[in-house]
Amino acid sequence: MKTGTTTTRVLGIFALMITAWVVVSAFFLTPADVVQGDSVRIMYAHVPTAWIAYLAFVTTAVASGLSLARKHRTLGFDRVAGASAEVGVLFMAMTLITGSLWGRLTWGTFWQWDPRLTTTLFLFVTYVGYLAIRRVDVDPVRRARRSSVIALLAVLEIPLVHFSVVLWRSLHQEASVLNTDGDVRLDDLMLFTLFSGVVAFTLIFVWLVVHRQRLAAMSDVERLVGLDVAITARRAESTVGGGGR
Amino acid sequence: MNAILAIARKDLRIEWRTRTLLARVVPFALLVLVLFAVALDSEPLLLRAAAGLVWLAMLFAAMLLVQRSFDVETADHALDSLLSFVSSPSKVFFGKALSMFVQLFALAVVLLGAAVVLYGARVDGDGVVLLVTVLITATIGLSVVGTLYGVVVANMSGRDSLLPLLALPVLAPLLIGAARATEAALGSDTIDLANGWAWVALLVTYAVVFGSAGAVAFAPLAQSDS
Repeated sequence: MKTGTTTTRVLGIFALMITAWVVVSAFFLTPADVVQGDSVRIMYAHVPTAWIAYLAFVTTAVASGLSLARKHRTLGFDRVAGASAEVGVLFMAMTLITGSLWGRLTWGTFWQWDPRLTTTLFLFVTYVGYLAIRRVDVDPVRRARRSSVIALLAVLEIPLVHFSVVLWRSLHQEASVLNTDGDVRLDDLMLFTLFSGVVAFTLIFVWLVVHRQRLAAMSDVERLVGLDVAITARRAESTVGGGGR
Repeated sequence: MNAILAIARKDLRIEWRTRTLLARVVPFALLVLVLFAVALDSEPLLLRAAAGLVWLAMLFAAMLLVQRSFDVETADHALDSLLSFVSSPSKVFFGKALSMFVQLFALAVVLLGAAVVLYGARVDGDGVVLLVTVLITATIGLSVVGTLYGVVVANMSGRDSLLPLLALPVLAPLLIGAARATEAALGSDTIDLANGWAWVALLVTYAVVFGSAGAVAFAPLAQSDS
């Protein structure tokens, strides 16, 4: 069995081509930043991964809401939610890694307890928990309902985390390590490269989610069919033995 | 309302007869406070960190209490029967949260006392009102979130490790708010009473948001489908 179709193949080829262009442009064509030098090139990977991570979690939340609200196709929406969360956690890990590498070069430290960073970290841990709970339940219907509720609760949690961290930081004035803010003046090519990065990563995201949720659908079917096969085999056994009902 | 009180009374009676809180959770939380002191090994640092450490110990202890509260309900499908006795599942939620609140509040008082004794924290006139308000609002938030995620992991294999993983990130705003407000109430150089009250506003919002979310989400979570 395959999870690919013509559409996903075309999508994949486009994603690869744009990614190749972003790599070439980010490393060779775009200039280094006046202040940050070559470290600015991390931005072409960092900003798109962060965008995808948040897009993934919005997708998870919307799909979970639909899965709970609707009577039909609840499992389908739940599979999309789960696939999107998996990809989101992956991209958020990349966001945190590229971000702290950039921070080391620019701020002089891997990590700062700044509201955006802290919120992202808590979001990451929250969805790691969400994925952990998806792995537990065997029954797809119950798993769908339970994980949808958790995904929606996370939507409540994140603004509260963000708000509390903003309040926390504003009440605790401490000397920041280096006072350069992250702002970069972008020329047209830099902006275009960044934009291409976002497009490329969005296509990769869609490609991954489509494949992942088809795979999940197959494994659900496989479990159901597997059970039927086992039952048929068992029944056949008892008729052969002659002692069965 | 009667149903809520009856369920809370049932849980508290179970607690009174088994003495889980007294015999295990309170000693555990006190042990955590002692271990923090040993690990940090500096009295000025301990005094500065007292509020945060008390609330961290509260979160850990709450995890144990929540497990206990739902272990009782999952044995022999007790939760199903409980749900069939009440007109709305949210009553079970509030009943269990109420008994959780009573136990956690008692624990919070003990832990603050321990912070006074062990860490040298001081409770003086001005801070008392703030301190009591923080204890109440933060404990309400902790109880509702604990109960909500308790039912999420109820019946699951490996729930002991899942509950902290799911609930602690959600409790992060509560930890920040409760720790800072308590610090203000205990008298600190870095945060004054007025800022302490700002944190109480956050704690109230938190309790209301997750209290209502819990009331709504409890039904689909507790429903058994077999």
